[in-house]
Amino acid sequence: MEKLSGLEKLAGSREAPKNGGWTKRNKTGFMYVCIWIAGFAIFQLYPFISSLIYSFTDYNIFDAPKFVGFSNYVKLFTKDREFWNSMRVTLQYTFITVPGKVILALIVAMILNRQLKGINFIRTVYYIPSLLSGSVAVSILWKVLFMNDGFINSLLGAVHLPAVKWLGDPGTAVVTICLLEIWQFGSSMVLFLSALKQVPKDLYEAARIDGASKPRIFFKITLPMISSIAFFNIIMQLITALQNFTSAFVVTNGGPNKATYVLGMKLYMDAFKYFKMGYACATSWIMFVVILILTLILFMTSKYWVYYYDE
Amino acid sequence: MNKAKSKNHLLAYILLGLFGLVMLFPVIWMFFACFKTNNEIFGSLKLLPSSWSFEAFQKGWHTTGTYNYLKYFLNTFTLVVPTTLLTLVSCSIVAYGFARFDFPGNRIWFMILITTLMLPNAVIVIPRYALFQKLGWLDTYMTYYAPAALGCYPFFIFMLVQFMRGLPRDLDESAYIDGCGPFQCFVQILLPLLKPALFSAGLFQFLWTWNDFFNTNIYINTVAKYPVSLALRMSIDVTSNIEWNQVMAMALVSVIPLIVLFFAAQKYFVEGIATTGLKG
Repeated sequence: MEKLSGLEKLAGSREAPKNGGWTKRNKTGFMYVCIWIAGFAIFQLYPFISSLIYSFTDYNIFDAPKFVGFSNYVKLFTKDREFWNSMRVTLQYTFITVPGKVILALIVAMILNRQLKGINFIRTVYYIPSLLSGSVAVSILWKVLFMNDGFINSLLGAVHLPAVKWLGDPGTAVVTICLLEIWQFGSSMVLFLSALKQVPKDLYEAARIDGASKPRIFFKITLPMISSIAFFNIIMQLITALQNFTSAFVVTNGGPNKATYVLGMKLYMDAFKYFKMGYACATSWIMFVVILILTLILFMTSKYWVYYYDE
Repeated sequence: MNKAKSKNHLLAYILLGLFGLVMLFPVIWMFFACFKTNNEIFGSLKLLPSSWSFEAFQKGWHTTGTYNYLKYFLNTFTLVVPTTLLTLVSCSIVAYGFARFDFPGNRIWFMILITTLMLPNAVIVIPRYALFQKLGWLDTYMTYYAPAALGCYPFFIFMLVQFMRGLPRDLDESAYIDGCGPFQCFVQILLPLLKPALFSAGLFQFLWTWNDFFNTNIYINTVAKYPVSLALRMSIDVTSNIEWNQVMAMALVSVIPLIVLFFAAQKYFVEGIATTGLKG
């Protein structure tokens, strides 16, 4: 049987399909798949390619796009200071939330991964914030909790700490929306829990007999065995984080002083408030390239830290 | 040994319990805040309201605008329910095609499908907007229905393919040899076995469409068509004094269906995440 490619293996694919020729039956099967191929072509591939084309034009949706060469990109890189600010904020947000979320999820999953009564209930409780992820409701809740005279500052006051301008200070506003994201670590945790359950028990048994210490067991057995799931999880989290929009838009509205004006928000404002569609497409392609580069770096380094035990 | 172990367990319980309380605290606080007056929400450490009042719910529900939340909830259901059902129908048929037929190119198409999992929505949203404008679909729920009907949710196709590959192929192949058509095999033999996976996929699609703000915010412009998420956002967009207790009450009401659904069907949520590694 053919070996599964890295990507399929990464996503946990179970078997590779064989090539059975164009029999009548297989033609029917292909027809079923054509539903998705049509959707993919119309709603994903076509927009994807046109987005690249629009990025070289001046386009405001009402008139036909005018070709302007690289000027959108030149303007973004050399003249638009807002762009560099958005890029910095987005990367900052990503590099805080992704590791924060993954590490917290792993720690809690490690503690939860034992035979305790009521573990399902606790798991459920931890999952609730994730249930509400991306919703406006939760962003509103965050805004109210972190206002100047909100509950969090009252709490700080009660233990005699000075109040913090959570939403009003450029330095802390990013932290506030990062906290909202990290708070929603539940789905990563459930994922790690199921991975931890699949680690063969006899590996631990053997290590214990050999007298391996607990940290050693963690770094030499647990971590390698769950690394493939961690890898997939990190990539998906990365893609979501780089596109963040809702929390920045609702909690802080990009402010104060554009401190939380993430790329997703710049893109939205440029495209749908100022109708600079071509310009926004150029921004989106830079965002795409950043996602691509970070994903590629992860892929390239994966052979050093991701372990597939089916080989 | 045993004593040490139970001590260890006790420590784990205390840690998990305390941390769970911190985790859930914002939601608990939100619940009680809905019964408070607007002034009581701010500058106070007290969790419980000084007097229980349903006024925030009543006033919040009726709003000061043209429509009340009944309208917004009906809109949300009109948006979310058909989107979810269309997704399930299209994705399960496509998954069947991928999982059970060895047509040439199957693997390549499947690879493309997995690659699109990583395609950022932000890149395609502007041309999609232009496309919907040309089709006259802007400001209608077709912006959701059409991609759902054509299986544009690769997550769910992938999830269902994974699940289907776990079912023995002999099941439907023997029925096929007995003269069942491919579609009949699917409906009569595979669909009943797929129920748990369909349920997981349906729950996630329901949840994500319900919570989605980025797309509704772009495609839907008329207040009469607003789902709850846009209505909530509108309620904090006013320049006059915001009645935060009313906003919080409606925010709470907007997530209650999700929480109820989650508790009723937890098993499927957890299984769904475990089989695909979905974000959440």
